[in-house]
Amino acid sequence: MELTREEESALKGEQGEIMEMAYRILVATGEATEAEKLIPIKWAHLSGVNYNTIGDAGEEFLRSISKDAKVKVKTSLNPMGFDIDNVSKYGLDDNFISKQLSIKNSYENMGVIPSFSCIPYEIFDIPEGGTQVSFAESNAAIHANSFDNLKTNKESAFSALASALTGKSPYSSLRKDDHSNLTIRMKVENPDELTYGMLGFFAGKVGNESVNISGIGKMDTRSCKSLCGGMGTSGTCAKFNFDEENPESETVDFDEDEMKKVYDQLNTSEKGDLITLGSPQLGLEEISDLAVKLKGRSFKKRCMIFCPRAVKEQATKLGHTNELERAGCEILSDCCTCLTPLIKKDEVDAVTTNSIKGAYYLKNSNGVGVNLKPLSKIIEDETA
Amino acid sequence: MKKILVKGKATGKILKSTNPINFLGTVDKKTGIVSEENHDLYNKSIKDSILLFPYGVGSSVGAYTIYSIKSNNSAPLAMICEKVDLTVATGCALANIPLVTVTEEEFSSLNDGQEITLDTESPNPITLLQ
Repeated sequence: MELTREEESALKGEQGEIMEMAYRILVATGEATEAEKLIPIKWAHLSGVNYNTIGDAGEEFLRSISKDAKVKVKTSLNPMGFDIDNVSKYGLDDNFISKQLSIKNSYENMGVIPSFSCIPYEIFDIPEGGTQVSFAESNAAIHANSFDNLKTNKESAFSALASALTGKSPYSSLRKDDHSNLTIRMKVENPDELTYGMLGFFAGKVGNESVNISGIGKMDTRSCKSLCGGMGTSGTCAKFNFDEENPESETVDFDEDEMKKVYDQLNTSEKGDLITLGSPQLGLEEISDLAVKLKGRSFKKRCMIFCPRAVKEQATKLGHTNELERAGCEILSDCCTCLTPLIKKDEVDAVTTNSIKGAYYLKNSNGVGVNLKPLSKIIEDETA
Repeated sequence: MKKILVKGKATGKILKSTNPINFLGTVDKKTGIVSEENHDLYNKSIKDSILLFPYGVGSSVGAYTIYSIKSNNSAPLAMICEKVDLTVATGCALANIPLVTVTEEEFSSLNDGQEITLDTESPNPITLLQ
């Protein structure tokens, strides 16, 4: 990768340790993506916020760099481990809470917007088509490339941080116009959001940089997010194309058999002790749809709903929060099902969810069983 | 060898996985033990190994896991992949863990348990020790 004189000087450490680290990360990213130069980006979205995932080493690292580091472009932030408004109900120890608040302070000191959301594409205005951004958080990067007409790598937590601190990112092939060399033919009929999540999980396993999907039909917001969350979990792919014809690409079918393989891998329990909705977090459209679906009904067991604080505030003004709480939901802002410290295996055997991404991490990280169902079936079975 | 992503030198035993690795949530950030069932490395620790695997997958926060296992002295001595992904590349760059990519043939010719030296400055970066 070619660097300008100023970039070379930063890499040599002539502009301080923070810039040296940031450029070291950008150069590794550039080598990995075979980029020939760095280009400016307009918006960075960072992951690596939840103390449950980054631990003491991450907390110390952020505390140390935040003394000097400042972001150069608009920078938003992934969810953290809890909602400060109701954290006392969930039995987290004081160490967790203080380390999480330290992480929050470090990001704020660097000038990051404390959005605590994995769905930046639903809570911020989307820049004009073709704008270069750097999104860590796999579902958000895939959503940005596939549905929002933005351009990003499937950034790592560190490559997005380096982009935020420098305002630059390697000009990789994903940032140029590309076409997919693999087409997945969607062969499953009457898909719901769970089907799309499983399609995404399958796509991540078979695809490389981007995949084309044919025969997919029209998807609602819930299904689009499920598709992106599924693919982000299983692979390295960063983009969907939706061309019906793509004659130069290889073809593979996603049929009932392939779907059953994904389902059998991720569905590990016949029933859940509690329900979680939101991985990715729910946006306003899904919250209001849920409020309508729950009219006159109540959950028979605990149901945790995860959304950005900005969405909860709007939902409260519209009366949806009241309606959901009446139906027995616990609404949590600033955090998410994925890698949550609020669900512990000594208290919960299994969780019911419609999220493929949530299912994967609940099983492998939290160590609990997972019962997978689409939202319509969750409401049918678990409310009265 | 295809490409050097992070320079360095290490000698150790190969721990080989034919499955990709999702560092976030499936590799313990203190011990380096893999918790994903049905994975080649299930219940094994990647600590002090020369970790040979196809590529990293999944969450972007896996880069912090790589940094954490290094800080907790549970990291591999070096990593060798078939394909690079940004999570592994940037995690290794920040943690200073040597990282190279190899061809498909080299990947299949290297076996679990073999002792090797990886030296990115040498003309023959991967040497098999007897």
